[in-house]
Amino acid sequence: MALSRNQIAQRVAQELNDGDYVNLGIGIPTLVPNFIPDDIEVMLQSENGLLGMGVFPTDDQVDSDLINAGKQTVTMVKGASLFSSAESFAMIRGGHVDLTVLGAFEVDVNGNIASYMIPGKLIKGMGGAMDLVAGADNIIVTMTHASKHGDSKLLSNCSLPLTGKGCIKKVLTDLAFIEIKEGKFHLLERAPGVSVEEIIKLTDGEIVVNGDVPEMQF
Amino acid sequence: MAGLDKIVSSYEDAMAGLEDNMTVVSGGFGICGIPENLIKEIYRKKTKGLTIVSNNCGIEDYGLGMLLPKRQIKKMVASYVGENGEFERQLMSNELEVELTPQGTLAEKIRAGGAGIPAFYTATGVGTLVAEGKHHKTFNDREYILEEAITGDFAIVKAWKADRHGNLIYRKTARNFNPMVATAGKITVVEVEELVELGELDPDEIHTPGIYVDRLIVGTFEKRIEQRTVLSTKEVTAKGE
Repeated sequence: MALSRNQIAQRVAQELNDGDYVNLGIGIPTLVPNFIPDDIEVMLQSENGLLGMGVFPTDDQVDSDLINAGKQTVTMVKGASLFSSAESFAMIRGGHVDLTVLGAFEVDVNGNIASYMIPGKLIKGMGGAMDLVAGADNIIVTMTHASKHGDSKLLSNCSLPLTGKGCIKKVLTDLAFIEIKEGKFHLLERAPGVSVEEIIKLTDGEIVVNGDVPEMQF
Repeated sequence: MAGLDKIVSSYEDAMAGLEDNMTVVSGGFGICGIPENLIKEIYRKKTKGLTIVSNNCGIEDYGLGMLLPKRQIKKMVASYVGENGEFERQLMSNELEVELTPQGTLAEKIRAGGAGIPAFYTATGVGTLVAEGKHHKTFNDREYILEEAITGDFAIVKAWKADRHGNLIYRKTARNFNPMVATAGKITVVEVEELVELGELDPDEIHTPGIYVDRLIVGTFEKRIEQRTVLSTKEVTAKGE
């Protein structure tokens, strides 16, 4: 069975280390905080100028001056700090964020990522994504493995305008956990009940399968 | 207005001198921390042909989105322009020029503009459409592109508290682009929620020193929320609150 959005977030959360500063993008990544283990301490960075983002507010805690990068109302945890957009991107560009999790339309075997526009159809803009992929060493891309028409999103070459070049090393889809190195996808784990053949069939770029591929553990 | 006193008494005075085809740099992220009344004044003045530099372009009837229906914006420099139907329509029909700029690059361009730095190198955007036509240079085996600074004829800013010299404090994530924007205008206009006595702001806690501020006005604000997201009763109970 393909993973649900929540299960993708849950698997991502297993990659967090105690003491990490983490930037979470819009979409599936926003579900990750629900699955952070209680025994580790993690600070969430929101690129509009907040380190130490908390859960969504209750009705009486809503504050129009306190939002996340997805423009949703949020709260702050103890130890949070507030700063300008320039300072925020100094953290990001300067490589101070330990882990970045973001969505994408396409990823390819050379670690290229396309996530911000579909020419002629959708022009929303890159927001902070180009800075995030250029500044982070440790990035996890979360997305569905293929479109609902069955077109693979893991390609030999991205077809859409790039958000970043050669910067993606890990991709977690609803079917598989994949590492990108030496110009190939490498299958690390598969979603419970999903076969290696099924993953190969829905992966357009070259994929390397070494021995028995373990199922993800939850 | 006298000496170091930056206070003006009307929005008309606050935006006096704004003319067609000027460049306006605006603070705000989404519709959080936007100078909403200064934008309304631009709408009222019917100024046209503007180049607007701001992370986003507001929503359809609030913030910078207000300037779209009467085609007051010629060019928009922004990082994210989604969630605004009229913007998308004008963009697709080539009625509006847009320069999509990565958010961190945009913040740094404005910061550099205010700090007298004409350009800087960044790795952001290398290998993408953003890098096309820009100067490339390698430092320590990594490729960078040259990005030029931004300044405006006017800079419009929203802060929380100010004294009459224009020393400013912002509140929570309403700070966002405002501190850089405040430095980047030939004329910097600031609107605030609260004016306090000179000396009342702790000098250690001032975010923007008054030297950057030319005009200051106290306003009342709607402060709309774009995505009101709250915990459900179930989630609150689960957290034992």
